[in-house]
Amino acid sequence: MAQQTLSNPTLATPSSVQPKSSFLRSASFQENFIRTVATIICLAGLVIVLFPIFWMFSTSLKSQIEAFKPPPPWLPNTFHWENYYDAFTTNPFGTYFRNTIYFALMVVIAEVISNSFIAFGFARLRAPGRNFLFYFVLATLMIPGEVTLIPQYVLFSKIGWLNSFKPLIIPAWFGSAYLIFLLRQFYMTIPKEYDEAAILEGASWLTIWLRIMVPLSTPALGVVAIMSFIFHWNTYQGPLIYINDNSLFTLSLGLSMFRTPFGGTPWHWYMAAALVTILPCIIVFFLAQRFFIQGIVVSGVKG
Amino acid sequence: MVGILPKSKFARQEAKWFWFFIAPWVIGFILFRGVPIVASMILSFTNFSNSSARPTAFIGLENYIDLFNDKIFFKSLQVSFLYTLFSVPLGLCFSLGLAMLLNQKVPFLGFFRTAYYLPALVGGSVAVAFLFQLMLNPTFGVVNYVIARLVGPNGIIPLGLQGPGWFFDPKWVLPSFVLLSLWGFGGPMLIYLAGLQGVPTHLYEAARIDGANAWQRFRNVTLPMISPVILFNFITGIIGSFQIFTPAYVISNGAGGPAYASMFYVLYLYLNAFRRYRFGYASAQAWLLFIVILGLTIFALRASRQAVYYETPGDEKAG
Repeated sequence: MAQQTLSNPTLATPSSVQPKSSFLRSASFQENFIRTVATIICLAGLVIVLFPIFWMFSTSLKSQIEAFKPPPPWLPNTFHWENYYDAFTTNPFGTYFRNTIYFALMVVIAEVISNSFIAFGFARLRAPGRNFLFYFVLATLMIPGEVTLIPQYVLFSKIGWLNSFKPLIIPAWFGSAYLIFLLRQFYMTIPKEYDEAAILEGASWLTIWLRIMVPLSTPALGVVAIMSFIFHWNTYQGPLIYINDNSLFTLSLGLSMFRTPFGGTPWHWYMAAALVTILPCIIVFFLAQRFFIQGIVVSGVKG
Repeated sequence: MVGILPKSKFARQEAKWFWFFIAPWVIGFILFRGVPIVASMILSFTNFSNSSARPTAFIGLENYIDLFNDKIFFKSLQVSFLYTLFSVPLGLCFSLGLAMLLNQKVPFLGFFRTAYYLPALVGGSVAVAFLFQLMLNPTFGVVNYVIARLVGPNGIIPLGLQGPGWFFDPKWVLPSFVLLSLWGFGGPMLIYLAGLQGVPTHLYEAARIDGANAWQRFRNVTLPMISPVILFNFITGIIGSFQIFTPAYVISNGAGGPAYASMFYVLYLYLNAFRRYRFGYASAQAWLLFIVILGLTIFALRASRQAVYYETPGDEKAG
């Protein structure tokens, strides 16, 4: 919409009065020129951006010899789809897949419920010290996770939670500063009259949260769910520290500890496994990319 | 806004409910953040180790003194600092440039935005770390093949250049990691894009009527208007790049090599904590990391005071 006003003919007329090089200087020409160049660069950039994904796919279908060939072929001679089967059977990737789905879904459920609950308090209820406490929540974003990592590990090992998903799932029920912030920003935009009307009807704040705020905020909760899912699907450090048992490995953990019967680095299998690892993320992202992008934009610009 | 009900009783009720709703956060903060933070500070003054070989004892500042004599620690600090020094500013420029491009009336904007964001989605994953290791392999990697075809001895422009050893050459390890980080520019790019779309069009029109060219419009309209967004991306970029772990761990196979060139700060911390079980020592490292990040953030905020333009003077009330 913005550019339409600029290419408005009334704005272009003053330049057309000047006879010399008026066309090159005219606003509409400049606009068109910039737009064309921008499109060309965007297309060229697209090739660079998407090439690594293509390369992952291409390598995953190569034979072992092709994967190691010094001038690497762009595409395999014949498509070795069996690489996917081989990669998945030499290592128990089926188990890793199930573990990752379980872990990611449990965290998503925990984070959607807990953060919506907490953010409601910060956004809709007034109490002395609320703003101070909210800034305090934001300030905790500054503390690097490494500071709490070791005592947390000691704590979880003392209560026997090592080698399980408990250290990664249960803390998620207590909210995360970033997601509280994101949801609070959204709740602030919902008119306060809803609460007041409900209070007059005799509803409790719990009912207001569950019956009014949650249904009204499904898009924002969707953003939280998607962000949380993608993050935990890929996360590595947590599982690396807490999970030792091969039967509990997540996909990223299993991928990093890929074992081969004959040694060496079977790049074609690695890439097949890697592609399957990131595929659910990409699918979820494409299905929900509008919400996802909105969420990032909201948290970034208002931050 | 205050409401129709008698104020004091209602307000007290509301305050109670407020604490009810944020109770999970308060409990979680105390259990999983507050106590561990204090514990980590105490641990950093002990020789605490998970192996019960020796009794735990307070050793005062010894961990910190040892860190200052630890050559690998300084190397890890240097690696993370240099990495931040290059990856953050390059990433900021790169993502801003692309956001400016996508802010033109490019066709298929939604498609481009999605496609460019894709790498940021998976950029920090194990899968992508392996992928870059493969692509940057000196002998059979596609990147060096393309370099040879373009500027190699028999290339299109025969300059006789050769692709570097990337992750195998200590001198090229950091540039390789910077390259990997640049691929994930999508996150800051989206935030820039939102900032750019918030710049009022009439400012550009006014500048144009005053005869400002494209560079002057960028320098005097775009840049000041999006400076808060730049600052946000800058600070989150610094924090993120100092905490890089997964690619470093996966690509160097948990060793930080070659010649400690990929011994990033958090990788060394991890190795001290979970390979050597030197929990006290690693806690001291974690606290120094916090101080470094805090210091850089405060520095960035102070330095930006003159440079950043805010629409509303002061802080708008949170609420």
